[in-house]
Amino acid sequence: MTSEEIYVQIQPIIKAYLPEDVSAEDINPDSDLTRELNINSAHLVDIILDIEDAFNIEFKNDDMEKLRNVNDAILLIQQKISA
Amino acid sequence: MKKRVVITGIGVVSPNGVGIPKFTESIKNGISGIRFFPELRELNFSCQLGGMPTITEEKKREYLSELQLRNFNSSGILYGIIAGMDAFKDANMEPAKTTEEPLWDLGIIFGSGTSGVEKFRESIYKIDDKNTRRLGSNSVAQTMTSGVSAYLGGLIGAGNMVTANSSACATGTEALLMGYEHIANGKATYMLCGSTSDSGPYIWGGFDAMKVTTYKYNDAPENVPGPMSAEASGFVPSSGAGAYLLESLESAQKRGATIYAEILGGAINNGGQRGGGSMTAPNSLAVQNCIKDAIINSNISAAEIDYINGHLTATIKDPDEIENWSVALNRKGGEFPYINSLKGMVGHCLAASGSIEIVSALLQLQEGFIFPNVNCENLHPKITELIPSEKISMKLQKTSLQTIAKASFGFGDVNACVIFKKI
Repeated sequence: MTSEEIYVQIQPIIKAYLPEDVSAEDINPDSDLTRELNINSAHLVDIILDIEDAFNIEFKNDDMEKLRNVNDAILLIQQKISA
Repeated sequence: MKKRVVITGIGVVSPNGVGIPKFTESIKNGISGIRFFPELRELNFSCQLGGMPTITEEKKREYLSELQLRNFNSSGILYGIIAGMDAFKDANMEPAKTTEEPLWDLGIIFGSGTSGVEKFRESIYKIDDKNTRRLGSNSVAQTMTSGVSAYLGGLIGAGNMVTANSSACATGTEALLMGYEHIANGKATYMLCGSTSDSGPYIWGGFDAMKVTTYKYNDAPENVPGPMSAEASGFVPSSGAGAYLLESLESAQKRGATIYAEILGGAINNGGQRGGGSMTAPNSLAVQNCIKDAIINSNISAAEIDYINGHLTATIKDPDEIENWSVALNRKGGEFPYINSLKGMVGHCLAASGSIEIVSALLQLQEGFIFPNVNCENLHPKITELIPSEKISMKLQKTSLQTIAKASFGFGDVNACVIFKKI
């Protein structure tokens, strides 16, 4: 899967966890999920679970530590899919 | 000098009406929220009746965001949020803006018996399936006892004490008295108080097993004998939430708020599971002392009480409760005040019973009526020995009320009694 294809799929997942005052247009590959998009850090685990369901993959605890922005997510997903 | 405390907002989620207008109409007309649940028959319950508020998906979205409702599975927390926010809005209060500081002088005490039992069940299945990581982020918030107060605290921006109490079926009355003390002692200006109870078999099952629920009317929910009736054979388990916004009189007057009643005072005690009291039965002396202490604490005489909102559950203990009131107030026969029990219409809302019943009491005090006792045409003979039947009206009565008493009793031999006055 290309980065583009993955991005299209994870964008709506992330959108669901945005606070009310952040718009989906603010999501870009470099945006830090908690610091810039203001996503409650507790919701990172929910985003991971939703991604797992969407791509039929499973993350490990140390994968989660690497997840800071959308690009990290795309990279992790590509690694898991190709593994 | 203690501050005077009043109630300036109320909210209710009851099996016979969600929201104050619908609930008021129901209690005036004796409309029951008790129904048959096929699910309980499926599960082999003895009592297949229950009371459950009806909440539409649209209604949920008036209070919670799509994000908050993702994987949301806690009926009790939902009821508590709706009742609590309704009471807050009814008092014409505004939440703190997200960009501002919290409301330092507003606290919350919202109790429950158990919380989020459906969510707990969902979580336990995942854990036993070695899939703990799949719980997601919301299983704690939806199963913690302080779930309702935590959600409400965030929605409102409460900055004073935000907590939860738990004292079985006395929880709602206890929450009110705890909030009252907090304001009376000058520690807060506003306290949003109330109680909630989850719906469904996982909450009701334990009571079913104890045979304290009624099992003879599964095919006739409209005929279940109500509290105080000779045929009363156990309660119908139910659920919901009630809430009240308590405020210092000083602040309410300054804001020009609508005042439902003044809380004159109250008492909370315990029978110590001695003297006839046990985990499940009340020590009558403790009940009497609780009522007497509430009257002393309120600086009134027992003769001033116009009306009692009883705990009266439709079990064999109802005559004892009437006797305890009679002894505590030293009033019998025609001298006894009017008394009714909401449980005939809504069943026993367990941890939510005190708060929903307090809301019903406040509505009667404010509007000047006494709601009908339902399905107790044939009063228990031990009760009619003590007080005349006209004190237990089966019809709606319009009458001006000034001073009223509400008591709740619960497992663990807990008692709570509060006195309200019209202002």
